[in-house]
Amino acid sequence: MAKDCTTCVETQEKQEKLHKVIAEHKGTRGALIPVLHEAQEIYGYLPMEVQLEIANGLDVPLAEVYGVVSFYTRFSINPKGKYLVNVCMGTACYVKGAGLILEKLKEALDLDVDECSEDGKFSLEACRCIGACGLAPVMTINEDVYGRLVPEDVVGIIEKYKNL
Amino acid sequence: MYKTIADIHAIREAKKADLMIRVDENAAPSAEGGRMHVLVCAGTGCVSSSSVKIIEKLTDMVHKNKLEDEVKIVKTGCFGLCAEGPIMMIYPDHVMYTRVEISDVDEIFNTHIIGGQAVKRLLAGDSEKKDAHNALGSLEFFSKQLRIALRNCGGINPECIDEYIAKDGYLALEKALTEMTPAGVIDVVKASEIRGRGGAGFPTGLKWSFAAPQVSDQKYVACNADEGDPGAFMDRSVLEGDPHSIIEAMALAGYAIGANQGYVYVRAEYPIAVQRLGIAIEQAKEYGLLGKNILGTGFDFDLDIRLGAGAFVCGEETALITSVEGRRGEPKPRPPFPAVKGLFGKPTVLNNVETLANIPVILLKGADWFKSMGTEKSRGTKVFAVGGKINNVGLVEIPMGTTLREIIYDIGGGIPGGKAFKAAQTGGPSGGCIPASHLDTPIDYDSLMAIGSMMGSGGLIVMDEENCMVDIAKFFLEFTVDESCGKCPPCRIGTKRMLELLERITQGKASPTAIEDLEELAKSIKASSLCALGQTAPNPVLSTLKYFRDEYVAHIDEKRCPAGVCKDLLEFSILEDKCIGCSACARKCPVNAISGEIKSPYTIDTAACIKCGVCMDTCKFGAIIKK
Ligand SMILES: Cc1cc2nc3c(=O)[nH]c(=O)nc-3n(C[C@H](O)[C@H](O)[C@H](O)COP(=O)(O)O)c2cc1C
Ligand code: FES
Repeated sequence: MAKDCTTCVETQEKQEKLHKVIAEHKGTRGALIPVLHEAQEIYGYLPMEVQLEIANGLDVPLAEVYGVVSFYTRFSINPKGKYLVNVCMGTACYVKGAGLILEKLKEALDLDVDECSEDGKFSLEACRCIGACGLAPVMTINEDVYGRLVPEDVVGIIEKYKNL
Repeated sequence: MYKTIADIHAIREAKKADLMIRVDENAAPSAEGGRMHVLVCAGTGCVSSSSVKIIEKLTDMVHKNKLEDEVKIVKTGCFGLCAEGPIMMIYPDHVMYTRVEISDVDEIFNTHIIGGQAVKRLLAGDSEKKDAHNALGSLEFFSKQLRIALRNCGGINPECIDEYIAKDGYLALEKALTEMTPAGVIDVVKASEIRGRGGAGFPTGLKWSFAAPQVSDQKYVACNADEGDPGAFMDRSVLEGDPHSIIEAMALAGYAIGANQGYVYVRAEYPIAVQRLGIAIEQAKEYGLLGKNILGTGFDFDLDIRLGAGAFVCGEETALITSVEGRRGEPKPRPPFPAVKGLFGKPTVLNNVETLANIPVILLKGADWFKSMGTEKSRGTKVFAVGGKINNVGLVEIPMGTTLREIIYDIGGGIPGGKAFKAAQTGGPSGGCIPASHLDTPIDYDSLMAIGSMMGSGGLIVMDEENCMVDIAKFFLEFTVDESCGKCPPCRIGTKRMLELLERITQGKASPTAIEDLEELAKSIKASSLCALGQTAPNPVLSTLKYFRDEYVAHIDEKRCPAGVCKDLLEFSILEDKCIGCSACARKCPVNAISGEIKSPYTIDTAACIKCGVCMDTCKFGAIIKK
């Protein structure tokens, strides 16, 4: 019961934030993408209800909203894990063996790329250049950056988060 | 507060005096500026190796010792030497420290900041040649460079507009608004013969002169900071290290073509760049250098940031424009060119970050000065993000015409581990691989094109003997297949077919005609794709076929990967004379494919082996090889 209440307060807060964002951008040209960025910031992803809300709020067809969301890889219609493990597969990292790091991560997390673990703890993603090419190969877990990786490092790093 | 021209001049003079100790070792410190400046890189590379914590700790120590008036801790943009980060530079001593760790901060503080002695073990450069006096110029990494677009990166605090002003920032804008006509500005840019740094190399002055005469109630200036080439970070570094130079250049472009609104389109993957640019825009507005009636001259110009959302094709100009309009970033056929019909259907000038970064200096120092650098057809300098198998991974700016060899061996410090150079890749997914036989090619737009690569936006990835060129071609094709927007079939379907062929080659399942099939597909994709993404997508395959055909043939005919990369073609085996029979590998093998008796050589059952390589990592005696 108590838990339900906190969730509904949270949901309400998020909705209010979303409404504010929509109100701020309504009427400006090209507002859809900035609004989607902010909505994803609030919710962590863009479920259908949120897209519908934005479509109504900005007065654009839902099909257009969905068309934009599905076009850009940064927008996600699925929730992400608590820890987002992101392996850089940019060229600088790739030539230094990022592929092997990714293989090890798949094994250690038992996940494929773009999957989220059942307990909601980990998601695995591959991205293109986070700009730390000097430390290649690189991966990030939420805000933490791990560079100069060798495949043997992976299990130890993941264990740390498993126990958090 | 809104500033007049006289106010800006006063700020410039005062701040110049404060920053004098960064220029001249013997300069007398100014009253406000302090006696020592400790610059710490806060670019993405160094932030990833904890430079922010170092800055915090130093600031805290200075505060605790009540030295704020004497010692200034300054966070800067990228120095370029990213592999050696975090980087610290101390003035007036001109001492550079590399790979500084948080645990080194106490020593730097006590020995250097208080004691006036350099901390020897942290000095930049070769450990034998270490000399306390390692000014930027004395390291080969820096001495062969010519920093124009990067002139302020690593030299000023990007979050402080006054420091930019002290470096003659906004002086070009003042000069243009008070002394020059819009046509006069275009004339200088034209005369400088600068070509776009975003990839295509189109003359910037010409582009501006197309937009200027268009009659329209609204025109736009847009800056392309999408930087889609993975492994390239020139534009990001400029935005992080010197955001005001982009603001000033866009205002200049606005004045030249008659636009009052600009947009900077930045990738969302660059949070620090977005944040610094945001701060810079606010500061410029506060000083009246953006907004209405700039410097009291009656010229209005506003600037907004738009974030990309992870689509490579949005770096293409028409796709970028559609994306700023809030739609799916699909390219459109040209003409009409954006200079005639661009953003929201209005005339628009779109330039790359690095192109823009050159503009204010060109206006200040003149076209002739700019033309004196570089080559006949490629004037000025180019910034490269050098990465991959090279010692000095980082950011370098060189005069056009410098050879690849100079970049890789002199500035870049060569290939790590004494390995042999195999190829350098420029131009990202649109470019090609350059083999050792072309190391002496001068770098300019036309020479690179002639050898089957291209300048691109400035990514330069070095590969050594351990990289398989078929695998690299496959890597780029995977990228294009992922990033093709799907609008035109040649790109959407053709690149997918090419990738399938490459996959079969790397698996040893290709038919003997695979190379001809690739070449035929490449030809039709190049000829019939809608935008340059598709038109250039086959380049990585074509250039590797041209220079490394034997590697393709080995995969196809002999089912062999000469570099030992393509897993399906590898076989692991144990060298009898090296194996001591410790059983470590057998215990680690996930599929129990290794067997034997303790103290005598083990063997691998190749039929059961899944080629994970764990055994090779485990063996301490180098007894396991892959072939
Ligand atoms: C697929 C594709 C991706 C591109 N990506 C970029 C990019 O990331 N940054 C950039 O400045 N230009 C990019 N361009 C080039 C732009 O279309 C355009 O030529 C350039 O931004 C113009 O600016 P410039 O004349 O200053 O170079 C790309 C082009 C294509 C076809
Ligand atoms: S390629 Fe991985 S950080 Fe740049």
